[in-house]
Amino acid sequence: MNTSQTKTINNDSFETITDESVIGINNLKKSFGKQEVLKNVSLRLFKGENLVVLGKSGSGKSVLIKCIVRLLEPDSGTINVFGEDVSALNREGLGSLRKKIGFLFQSGALYDSMTVQQNLEFPLRRIKKNLTQKEIDEKVKEVLEHVGLSGALDKMPSQLSGGMRKRISLARTIVVDPGIMLYDEPTTGLDPVTSDEISSLINDVQLKYKTSSIIITHDIACARMTANRVIMVLDGEVYQDGTLDQFEKSTDSLIKSFLK
Amino acid sequence: MKKLTPAIKLLPKLQVVTKHAIKLGEKTIAKTENIGSFLTEVANVFLFLVRTIKETFSRDFEFSEFLRQCFQIGYKSLPLISVTGIIMGLVLTIQSRPVLVNFGAVTMLPGMVAISLIREMGPVITALICAGKIGSGMGAELGSMKVTEQIDAMEVSSTNPIRFLVVTRVLAATLMIPLLILYADALGILGSWVGVNIKGDVTFVLFFTQAFRDVTFMDFLPAVVKSIFFGALIGFVGCYKGYTAGRGTESVGVAANSAVVLGSLCVIVADMIAVQITDMLLL
Repeated sequence: MNTSQTKTINNDSFETITDESVIGINNLKKSFGKQEVLKNVSLRLFKGENLVVLGKSGSGKSVLIKCIVRLLEPDSGTINVFGEDVSALNREGLGSLRKKIGFLFQSGALYDSMTVQQNLEFPLRRIKKNLTQKEIDEKVKEVLEHVGLSGALDKMPSQLSGGMRKRISLARTIVVDPGIMLYDEPTTGLDPVTSDEISSLINDVQLKYKTSSIIITHDIACARMTANRVIMVLDGEVYQDGTLDQFEKSTDSLIKSFLK
Repeated sequence: MKKLTPAIKLLPKLQVVTKHAIKLGEKTIAKTENIGSFLTEVANVFLFLVRTIKETFSRDFEFSEFLRQCFQIGYKSLPLISVTGIIMGLVLTIQSRPVLVNFGAVTMLPGMVAISLIREMGPVITALICAGKIGSGMGAELGSMKVTEQIDAMEVSSTNPIRFLVVTRVLAATLMIPLLILYADALGILGSWVGVNIKGDVTFVLFFTQAFRDVTFMDFLPAVVKSIFFGALIGFVGCYKGYTAGRGTESVGVAANSAVVLGSLCVIVADMIAVQITDMLLL
């Protein structure tokens, strides 16, 4: 149903993709105790593209993007973001780099003790310190309108539905104009209609804010709507890298069973 | 065959010895692992303490969050501390009065109650109540923030979670718990006056004059100093347990529970050390 509509959006976004790599990961390895989660992952994210990382639960997808922002320390391998080696950065350097990266958490991760407005102001006040209160208010209003929730300003996170929480969380992430977006299971736990709305928002963000994104998901509908390129991770390794069309035409039984 | 017979007879005994040796080995390994995990925990506490102290003196102090925590810890604990303080003084008076009457020393009751409350009962009982209310609140709040990835979200938005969450809470507890203790002391003395008036008739002014006639500055000083340490310990333990909670929802309950248990234990141990130091300095 949405595939044809989405492919139109994808075709639009293809025009903005360049050969410039914004994230480069080489031979990334990460273990927890004796369990090897990422065995040898290498990938590139190009400027302006939506890269969907598909894979079964527990295949190490979330660990991969947490390593990019150094929420987790990789065991070995290199991660370059905007040309900087993430592992080599000190605390200040890492802080500066994180300002350019937006991270949408699986649970939304809205601050429970703050209203929606305070949630949105929180990163804005810390990342863009020179903004006046009027500019902050305008920016908050703009992103809330963008996610279609201008009326939720004074609500607490506990008063929001799952879909609304994801939208507000997305608004909080884009409010600081990040160059790279990392989405961790953006549609998990949502009904198909709300999932499609979130997927459309991901495409809107890509076009409006000119972001490059990694979208971690096992939701094929979301992948179909948002992907410019797809990587499939299996048992901690990149199993297949290609466009969605290449995936759909693949004769590989594993890929076929995943795309059913 | 004859030569081998004694050795064959020894085999069952050898098997028993081997079994015991294996059991002993397993127990030793388990003990070593326990000691190892204990030492790891001690090292983690030390590192967390160092990070907290370092962030306390860094730039960009989160003043508005500190004020919010002072309100949460101080103002929101007032009803509980009020009830505890009044009952503490009332019960102490009702229990002590018959003994003092027997010795004909009933006039010493206000002074005795005031000194007991200020030096020992007020700080320790209020701190234990605070360990239950404030420590568990911190453990549960930070634990649930950890589980729902809110602490990670803070970190990726270039905010130091130790500075924002831990430093503000520890400092607020360090400031507010001594104030709550002084407030509980005052209400305890008020409760004592109520207790005296159940079986007697003493004016408010006379009671307070008698109570504070025997109290000196050196009764207040060690109590206030140890109250500051109680506050810091309760705040630190609550934050540490919440911040280092595991990933599942079960760990939120564990964090809250262990924050109360460890916080209360720290208060008792710190009190014992404080009493020893005060005694040594003859305060």
